[in-house]
Amino acid sequence: MSNFLHSHSAHCESGVMSSMLSHHGLKLSEPMVFGLSSAMTFVYLPFIKLGGLPLIAYRGMPKSIIKNIRKNLDIKMKLETFRDVKKGEERLDELLEEGKVVGAQTSVYWLEYFPDEMRFHFNAHNLIIYDKKDADTYMISDPVFENAQECSVKSLNKARFVKGVMAPKGLLYYPEHVPTDVDLKPVIIKTIKKTAKKMLNTPVPIEGLKAIKSLAKTIRKLQKGDKRYAKLFLGHIVRMQEEIGTGGAGFRYIYASFLKESSEIFGNDETLKEASTMMLEVGDEWRDFALNIAKAIKPKKEIPYDALADQLLAIAEQEATVYRKMLEFNGK
Amino acid sequence: MDINSVPQDDSSTYAKHKKAIYAVDEDGRVGTVKSSGWEVEEAATKQALHDLEEQARDAYEVVKKGEKSSLYFHMFDVRMDLQVLSESTGFFKWTIKKDFDPAKFAKISEKRIGVYSEAMGKTPEELKELPKGLYE
Repeated sequence: MSNFLHSHSAHCESGVMSSMLSHHGLKLSEPMVFGLSSAMTFVYLPFIKLGGLPLIAYRGMPKSIIKNIRKNLDIKMKLETFRDVKKGEERLDELLEEGKVVGAQTSVYWLEYFPDEMRFHFNAHNLIIYDKKDADTYMISDPVFENAQECSVKSLNKARFVKGVMAPKGLLYYPEHVPTDVDLKPVIIKTIKKTAKKMLNTPVPIEGLKAIKSLAKTIRKLQKGDKRYAKLFLGHIVRMQEEIGTGGAGFRYIYASFLKESSEIFGNDETLKEASTMMLEVGDEWRDFALNIAKAIKPKKEIPYDALADQLLAIAEQEATVYRKMLEFNGK
Repeated sequence: MDINSVPQDDSSTYAKHKKAIYAVDEDGRVGTVKSSGWEVEEAATKQALHDLEEQARDAYEVVKKGEKSSLYFHMFDVRMDLQVLSESTGFFKWTIKKDFDPAKFAKISEKRIGVYSEAMGKTPEELKELPKGLYE
C-alpha cells in the first residue's frame, strides 16, 4: 500500500504527471507540467472524424505531455504496451505489488465509475492505479474526479484494451528515475519560446493560429449546408472545448497559471505576469464564444454564422498578442 | 476569470461531480476552484446525449419492424456508430452492414458474434435479441 495522494486536476494527462512526479519527490503543479511540456496548442484536423465530426483539440496530442516532460526534465519513464489482456493485467498487478503507482491510458466509455452522462467513446483518457484493494478492485486516482475511485478488474481491462482510434493497447507508464533538484529556469525559457513560436508560425492551417482561422472559415461555410449538421458541428466545438480532456478555454487558464508561476520563479518577472493576465482574458473570450454557440444551437434559433466566425478571428488576434508578449521574455 | 465568476450551475450532466477550473483570486493568484457545472457545457453535452438517444430510439423502431437485425440497435445502444464499431471490431464497414440484414445475422458464426460481443460488452445472446418494452 503506497502513501499516494490523490489530487483533483483540470486535465487528465497533466494531472496524472503532476501527481506522479510529486509522489516521487519532484513537486510540480499541474500548470507547471502543462507549460513545461509545451502542451498548449490549437489543432483542427477536418479530415480526422470522431463520430462524424472533425478533430478539434486545444492541447497537444495524447501522450505528448508524458513524452515532453520526460524529455525536458530528464526523467526516466518506462512506457509499456501489451498485445494480450491477461499479460497486461498481470504486469499491472506485479508493478502494484512492487509498490509502484502506475499511469494508464484508457477509454472513458468502459470505466464503470464514470456516470452515464460522461460516457463517450474517447480512448485517450489518463489515470493512475495506486493500489489493489482486493482480488477484484483497483484503487484509481482519476485526476478529473474529486476523490479516489474504485474500479473492477473487468472494467479496467476493458477500458485499457479497447480497440480503435488512439487505442491504448494497455499502455502503462511509471518513472524509473526522477531528479528532485531540477533547475526549472532554462526549461521555462525554452518551452515558452517554443509554444509562442509554434502558435504564431506553424505554416499549415492544422495547428496554431492558422488552424483557428481555418475553423472560422469552416463556420462561415456551414450556412450553405444542412442546419441540423451545423448545430451539431457547433455543439461539437463547445464539447471539444469544455469536455474532452476537460479543458478548452480551461487550457488557456491552465497556461495562464503556468505563466504566473513562472513569473514568480523569475522574481516576479513583469513580462510573464502581463502575459499571464492577457492569457486569462483569452480564456474568458473562449468562454464567451462557447456561450454564443450555446445560444445559437437552441431549437428554432437562427445561427449567426458570420458573427461566430468573426469572434473566432478576433480570438486568434488576441492570442497572437499574448504569444508576441511571451517572445519578449528572455529570462534576464 | 476570477474565482467568483466560476460557474456553479449544478449541471445534471456532471451527475453530482465537480470539475477543477483554474481562476484568479483577489490577490492575483491563479489556482483551482471546484465547479458544479456550467449551463453552456451542459447544453452541448445534452445535445450530444440527445442525438445518441434519438439514434438508438430510431434504430429500435427499425429493428422492431424487422427491417434490420438487432445488432443495428445494440450498436447505437452502446453509443457507437458504424465507424466506431468498425474500428472496435476490426471488421470492414461493408461487412458489418451485411450483419444488419436480419436473415444474414441469424446465420452469423460464433466466432464473428464473439468479436462483436467483446467489442460491445454484451453477450452473444443479448446481441441477438431486441430488449422488450424499451421506449414504450
